[in-house]
Amino acid sequence: MSRTVVIDPVTRIEGHSKITIQLDDRGEVTDAHFHVTQFRGFERITQGRPVHEMPAIMARICGICPVSHMVASSKAVDDIMAVEPTPTGADLRRVINLGQIVQSNALSFFHLSSPDLLFGFDADPAVRNIVGVARANPQLAKDGIGLRKWGQQIIEWIAGKRIHPEGIVPGGVATPLTAEVRDRILDGVPEAIAAVERAIAWYKSDMLRWEEEAATFGNFRSAFMGLVDRQGNVDHYGGWIRVVDADGKALAERIDPRTFNDYIGEAVEPWSYLKSPYWKAMGYPDGMYRVGPLARLNVAERTGTPRADEELEKFRWRVGRVAGSSFHYHYARLIDTLHAIERIDALLRGPDILDTHVRSYAGINRREGIGVSEAPRGTLMHHYRVDDDGIVQWANLVIATGHNNMAMNRAVLQVARHHVKGEAITEPMLNRVEAVIRCYDPCLSCSTHALGQMALRIQLLAPDGTVLDELAR
Amino acid sequence: MSVYTLTIDGKDVAGSDGQTIMEVAEENGIDIPGLCHLEGIHDRGACRLCVVEIAGSPKLAAACVTQIAEGMEVTAHSDALLEYRRTITEMLFMERNHVCAVCVANNHCELQDTAEDMGLTHFDLPRISPKADIDASHPLFAIDHNRCILCLRCVRVCDEIEGAHTWDVMHRGLDTRVQTDMGIPWGESPTCTSCGKCVQVCPTGALFEKGRAVARGSKRRRPFLPWMKVVAEERGL
Repeated sequence: MSRTVVIDPVTRIEGHSKITIQLDDRGEVTDAHFHVTQFRGFERITQGRPVHEMPAIMARICGICPVSHMVASSKAVDDIMAVEPTPTGADLRRVINLGQIVQSNALSFFHLSSPDLLFGFDADPAVRNIVGVARANPQLAKDGIGLRKWGQQIIEWIAGKRIHPEGIVPGGVATPLTAEVRDRILDGVPEAIAAVERAIAWYKSDMLRWEEEAATFGNFRSAFMGLVDRQGNVDHYGGWIRVVDADGKALAERIDPRTFNDYIGEAVEPWSYLKSPYWKAMGYPDGMYRVGPLARLNVAERTGTPRADEELEKFRWRVGRVAGSSFHYHYARLIDTLHAIERIDALLRGPDILDTHVRSYAGINRREGIGVSEAPRGTLMHHYRVDDDGIVQWANLVIATGHNNMAMNRAVLQVARHHVKGEAITEPMLNRVEAVIRCYDPCLSCSTHALGQMALRIQLLAPDGTVLDELAR
Repeated sequence: MSVYTLTIDGKDVAGSDGQTIMEVAEENGIDIPGLCHLEGIHDRGACRLCVVEIAGSPKLAAACVTQIAEGMEVTAHSDALLEYRRTITEMLFMERNHVCAVCVANNHCELQDTAEDMGLTHFDLPRISPKADIDASHPLFAIDHNRCILCLRCVRVCDEIEGAHTWDVMHRGLDTRVQTDMGIPWGESPTCTSCGKCVQVCPTGALFEKGRAVARGSKRRRPFLPWMKVVAEERGL
């Protein structure tokens, strides 16, 4: 008799979801689904609002990545106004966005994932958490908390407050940077670099423990997408969209972000509120691609900063030019963080960073605008249409976690196939199914536009849909 | 001119014939809350936040439109009045769609300040959530009816100070809206001089300068503007 395993809710992720694993008559896994069970509806509730309010409204999508949404949203409004932010305004947006990348990457790696990596996926959940990490490896926990704090402080000091800041506005930023704030941020750079380098050293020394997981945690061929600058380096703020296949061959070299709709389609499945974007040229569901820290490293030639490039070389030596396993998101996230810190340092040392011309002004000059940036979890796209008075008529958001939807489903299936034996839900399987999703650091609140808790439920279903086994956390 | 003596909250005060309880209270340092009252333009008694008790009267009176009388005993502050005012404030919120976090007037809003002063921490009344529009057709300014509390300051300042009388009121009850020139889009109004006085006097984020993002101070307040009171005095209003 075939049946389905359901994991509900999934824990230590941002948002609410459940997993179902379908078994056939012989107890073999036939399919697995990662269901996102929450719904937000921001595309609808923003209809009728003045477009200048969009960055502030869109920031409310998430308390962890408000900055990412503000950046993409402000860029979309820039596009509607047909203006470029002033160079200093753009650079300050970059710094705030990178502060966001640092703090969110730190949250994902240290607070959510390091317990699995430190204690092993089968350790007692009572120990396998950030408090356990603080007891067993105080330096690791301290570094994670310190990095997150520093990233948050950058946001607070430049943009006004840590959560839902108001400093990123259409046309640039609201206020110029002061020398005092610049110096205060720069003072924290050496410690931030030391912290992330300690984490990288620890991860590298320990990563061989996880060969089995690296081989089965979403290890498959797919395309990757990310933003790159003119030189092909990682760019978290602007530049062009680059898409490479599993061998690193460019599927699209330099896509103007404003034309993303020509390349990306969005499929909707009845079992999830999360849309499934796909690469149009390959169709659905074959056009699966991944975004996020791993994709950024796979897509770019280099990061463009010295220490991160050095680590990137070692990364590629260990896992290949295009890393296929989603397990390596963790490793990539650390290098992404190192790069972000170096880039913040370089930007703040720029000669014009204290310039007071930080904002461009304009009215409504286009009916449509698209803003694309790199959020911690990957490429983020905001697309609005307005009327002549600048009132939003239509909005569409393509969120990083959405891009990864198909890949997350594939990864869950792979892990389930590897670990589900028989008809009961086993602890190791449960732990690993959760952990594989955590690799992608999905933010479901963002991507479905919930109230919800961070939690996971797994159900094992028979072919007729009866629940054979169920585990909840 | 006759001079009357009366008490407000037990304090002996005096005022001249024709003055309102609100004016006499202000002169004597007694603060009575109000959202529609604005020095320099005629009072209207629209918001009802300034309700006070007058000894011998069975009903509450709006201090901004009630003239003083000899021997009047006014209670401007009591637990019961605070409760009334809190409920009135809550009703102002419930009638439209106020979302402070993403409002241009956030931290610069008289309705928000009043709610804080009244200790209004949550809403018990059911929401009405009406469908209200935004008119952004004017090149400089916009009105978001979601945030309008119908204080009618805009109507009065446009009529009494600017002399344009672009603004007025249409419909009734819950459907009441301020309107420009018999309900045509603001941007098409032949009478609007684009002086911006309505935006200046609006206590909430209903009237705002276009293009302002949601940010602290994004609704600019210019409390130093002398024209309101001065012009009113010159015209003998």
